[in-house]
Amino acid sequence: MISQFFVLSQRGDNIVFRDYRGEVAKGSAEIFFRKVKFWKEDGEGEAPPVFNVDGVNYFHVKEAGLFFVATTRVNVSPSLVLELLRRIARVIKDYLGVLSEESLRKNFVLVYELLDQVIDFGFVQTTSTEVLKSYVFNEPIAVAADHLQPLGPAAIFMAKRMPVTTITKSVVANERGGRKREEIFVDIIENLSVTFSSSGYILTSEIDGTIQLKSYLTGNPDIRLALNEEVSIGRDGGSTYDYGSSLGSGPVILDDCNFHESVRLNNFDVDRTLTLGSTDGEFPIMNYRITQEFKPPFRINALVEESGRLKAEVTIKVHAEFPSSIIADKIMVQLPVPPYTTKVSFELEPGTVGNTTDFKEANKRIEWGLKKIVGGSEHTLHAKLTFAQELRGNITKEAGPVSMTFTIPMYNASRLQVKYLHITKKSKSYNPYRWVRYVTQSNSYVARL
Amino acid sequence: MAPPAISQRSSSPSQPSGKGEVADVKAQLRLLAGSRAPGADDSKRELFKKVISYMTIGIDVSSVFGEMVMCSATSDIVLKKMCYLYVGNYAKVNPDLALLTINFLQRDCKDADPMIRGLALRSLCSLRVTNLVEYLVGPLGAGLKDNNSYVRMVAAMGVLKLYHISASTCVDADFPAMLKHLLLNDPDTQVVANCLSALQEIWSLEGSSSEEVSREREILLSKSVIYYLLNRIREFSEWAQCLVLELVAKYVPSDSNEIFDVMNLLEDRLQHANGAVVLATIKVFLQLTLSMTDVHQQVYERIKAPLLTLVSSGSPEQSYAVLSHLHLLVMRAPFIFSSDYKHFYCQYNEPSYVKKLKLEMLTAVANESNTYEIVTELCEYAANVDIPIARESIRAVGKIALQQYDVNAIVDRLLQFLEMEKDYVTAEALVLVKDLLRKYPQWSQDCIAVVGNISSNNVQEPKAKAALIWMLGEYSQDMHDAPYILEGLVENWEDEHSAEVRLHLLTAVMKCFFKRPPETQNSLGAALAAGLADFHQDVHDRALFYYRLLQYDISVAERVVNPPKQAVSVFADTQSSEIKDRIFDEFNSLSVVYQKPSYMFTHKEHRGPFEFSDEIGHVSIGTESADTVVPANRVEANDKDLLLSTSEKEETKVPNNNSSAYSAPSYDLTSVSVPTSQLSDLVISNSTVPDAPQSSSFAIDDLLGLGLPAAPAPAPLPPPLKLNPKAVLDPTAFQQKWRQLPISLSQDYSINPQGVAALTTPQSLLKHMQGHSIHCIASGGKSPNFKFFFFAQKAEGSSTFLVECIVNTSSAKAQIKIKADDQSATEPFSSVFQSALSKFGMP
Repeated sequence: MISQFFVLSQRGDNIVFRDYRGEVAKGSAEIFFRKVKFWKEDGEGEAPPVFNVDGVNYFHVKEAGLFFVATTRVNVSPSLVLELLRRIARVIKDYLGVLSEESLRKNFVLVYELLDQVIDFGFVQTTSTEVLKSYVFNEPIAVAADHLQPLGPAAIFMAKRMPVTTITKSVVANERGGRKREEIFVDIIENLSVTFSSSGYILTSEIDGTIQLKSYLTGNPDIRLALNEEVSIGRDGGSTYDYGSSLGSGPVILDDCNFHESVRLNNFDVDRTLTLGSTDGEFPIMNYRITQEFKPPFRINALVEESGRLKAEVTIKVHAEFPSSIIADKIMVQLPVPPYTTKVSFELEPGTVGNTTDFKEANKRIEWGLKKIVGGSEHTLHAKLTFAQELRGNITKEAGPVSMTFTIPMYNASRLQVKYLHITKKSKSYNPYRWVRYVTQSNSYVARL
Repeated sequence: MAPPAISQRSSSPSQPSGKGEVADVKAQLRLLAGSRAPGADDSKRELFKKVISYMTIGIDVSSVFGEMVMCSATSDIVLKKMCYLYVGNYAKVNPDLALLTINFLQRDCKDADPMIRGLALRSLCSLRVTNLVEYLVGPLGAGLKDNNSYVRMVAAMGVLKLYHISASTCVDADFPAMLKHLLLNDPDTQVVANCLSALQEIWSLEGSSSEEVSREREILLSKSVIYYLLNRIREFSEWAQCLVLELVAKYVPSDSNEIFDVMNLLEDRLQHANGAVVLATIKVFLQLTLSMTDVHQQVYERIKAPLLTLVSSGSPEQSYAVLSHLHLLVMRAPFIFSSDYKHFYCQYNEPSYVKKLKLEMLTAVANESNTYEIVTELCEYAANVDIPIARESIRAVGKIALQQYDVNAIVDRLLQFLEMEKDYVTAEALVLVKDLLRKYPQWSQDCIAVVGNISSNNVQEPKAKAALIWMLGEYSQDMHDAPYILEGLVENWEDEHSAEVRLHLLTAVMKCFFKRPPETQNSLGAALAAGLADFHQDVHDRALFYYRLLQYDISVAERVVNPPKQAVSVFADTQSSEIKDRIFDEFNSLSVVYQKPSYMFTHKEHRGPFEFSDEIGHVSIGTESADTVVPANRVEANDKDLLLSTSEKEETKVPNNNSSAYSAPSYDLTSVSVPTSQLSDLVISNSTVPDAPQSSSFAIDDLLGLGLPAAPAPAPLPPPLKLNPKAVLDPTAFQQKWRQLPISLSQDYSINPQGVAALTTPQSLLKHMQGHSIHCIASGGKSPNFKFFFFAQKAEGSSTFLVECIVNTSSAKAQIKIKADDQSATEPFSSVFQSALSKFGMP
């Protein structure tokens, strides 16, 4: 049961404010914003998603640079409220096409319409984009998407996940000419967490995957989605870290998975198909987790050596282990260097293009950006560090670890596949556009020194 | 929407601050009010939007209330909705104007379009104006019977809104009964869910005053209602499922078959993508299996994978909420998670509040087989750029060392930390080495060698400096330079800002003096002189104390300062097990995230469903019992916080009215029936003192066939134990004592059948025990499980006994835990208690 819901801009302005129960004083938005901005209880750490000030509990999630906040005085389930805030953000995005300060400001009346139905007297009524359609009468006012942060099917869930392509269409808005384009997107998004030891061994690895659906189909046809049949769920033996199977073949073993409310699993055990009914808007139909061994897309070798009294040399090598038909984007490699580093000079291999190198003085970190990496290629960065004082102890304890972020479209590490996507036909000519897209991204991709 | 916000925001050009705009809008609205011109609705929409946007940013637009209402006579639903929103916001502060809206809202409640009916009813109930409630009853009654489920859904919530405006109007109109009817009969699950929410809130606010209310509440938890809801659970929305599951968690099944049926039915809820549903399901599983140890453990195994999936698949916020719950479970049963330790490794990009939880989990699951790997991983974090986390990691290594696994390897790691020469690493490591030495003095040689190399100049943090100084004092005979380092520190007395460090320095110099007098004598003199001149009271007092002690007798001083040391076996746990259990009972709530029971951060009236649950099923520690025994002594009834309210005071930042609301329950014996109080003497003597009255009472007991333990052997009897019939202990003191004292006796007793029969409510036993000078401070429970906290005092002196007594009437067993100020008196007290208990239910 929540008392208030509001959306604040990055500067702390109220964009939407709804008081459902009148139990929390009106100044709550300011109290919240000040608390988050000056969160210093634990040094420079950021404010946790839930905190209590004077008996009022504040919940928040950050989405598209906005704070979605709920307050309550009651000891509610935090997981429920946080999930609700995410859903509200997603429903708003479904209706507005884009989620941004501008789109919310232009459409706040529509947002109030939604909020009025989503929550009544603090109790959740519905968060289904489909159900809400019949209660929304305002037409969304479109905002141009190009000068916004790209927001894709995945970005709505997690700021750190980058989209394949951006869909900025509202579920209620009509295309030019008043016709809606019938289409459906299925995205298989995999986030990788890998830690390499200093000698290049994989210490831990995990794939967190989501099958995300975004549907613009009218009339709610049934959708059937088949995964590869060699998918199996659950690993034997309590420990999930027994690397046994060989690479590249054999079954895809999911440690565990969960499904969206609307998914029916009647045939899942038999032929690995998922059936969905009401499907408007964007939502994950299945989340899964894999700790089975897989081939990491990149190998990272990093070496840091003292090269004089006040000097050290860094070499970072990145090798792309995927086929040459695949190209990774938006690669960033970072390495924290000792705090007394004053100067860094970089040296790239001759003939490299599209690379950027930078020494972030403020947080003592070197950053190496690569626009693209083609499968099979290898890239090297040399950097010379200059220190203000003599090294104390071992340099590998003062620098590192190397971390890497990337996006690899049309690649998935787990080999989980959508074999087919079947849509119940309304008529013979009914043939909506179907898009099945794969993307692999880094969640935490780290090599220790 | 508070006016003060304006000044803050006026700086932003997009957000006008003022009156000019509002007056402008007002004038324009007035012009449009009666207009039927084409396009008027569009212009109205624009103006309404402006008003709503002012309202949102905190500009007071209540002055256009009249105009808004006038303009709302329209068929345009977008306009209507904006108007409803506006009215809902300002009606409360403009009750007179709110009356203007009643008319059109009531009319809309009868509209042909169910959506208009629903919206109007919702707005009508949201006015929050007390003198308008009479207008609500009719539309609400009609709404509850509407043939459209949307209207009924709104009406169910409307009843709750009405209850908050005027509880009596709501109850008099018999709305709760109508809700109950809908709850059990409505085909629409959201209507059912809203009825459930409304009823739970209404009945918990009604309090435990009337029997009818408590009966109604029990009906909600009856088998038929629970099964009815459970069987339809898949039809409910995911949010409503959470509501139902929360209720089911309070249900007490009659046997284990029922428990398994419920769990099998809910098994697939664990695969839900919504973490709230999964956690609510887990709560049901955990609560149902509490008394079945092995099944309970299986539940832990079963929920591991879904929890881990939620942690890694959800949004960062959701993952934090779930991780907090996983943290709680790991802390309760670390051994179940010990093979999953890799899941608790920190990722470099996680926020520090997540890392902190993970570090604690890693610490908890460390055992013989994984310690090496965990400590290796933790050591990686010690070099982390995130300094607070680096510190936490080092502390984690230390904690693992203190858990006794593979101390050998860990000591080496800690010593390596000292060699890393990072200030904060050294600081944390020093504190840990100190604690380690207190527990494992045998490591002193290795540690001292390394610590001796640390220059005190490089250690600045008071805690670390104090630790270093403590080691210098404690091991001055083994550290060659100790007296000279201490001397240097004494010379810089003036520059030492921390009183803690100066206190430690005084003590260390004293210790060093007794071990190496010639080398320390000068610095001791200097330290004492500096200490005596110190402006800090504690430092001054300690210096003076040492000075006088030395003057009085040097050998006594040595015994005071350098007594033989005992290794510390267990460091005090920061959280009492009662608090941990309380948090566990509040699974799937904020208590878990904050790691505090709800009473520490929530006002009583806002405790939500848990308050409700406590009153019904669980132990409500309430002096309501005392109320009935001693009516003269009014203690705020029915508060479950009594026992724990003051613990961890420093954490109770929330103004907590409960602790102050209590007066110590001083029992007045005059209100207790006299015969029983006299009887208490007889009972006490009966099992203890072999004197004249004793034997007679014994005879009587035997005649009555009380089944007392065999006659005690007369020879080695303990001295007679008399209890003070007028003993007084306030709840705070009880609680403090309960936390401080160790358990001196823990025993199971059987209860005779008469006692079981008599124990229908906790009160009956309270009265009985009070007759034996054993007073109850808190009690609760429902058949078959009752829980009591008793206390008693010796007749002479103030030595107190504390008792926790858990009675299970179905097994006729009582579990007793006794804590005593005077441990030696535990045995006699225990027999007094037992004999008193055994007389329960006797005529």
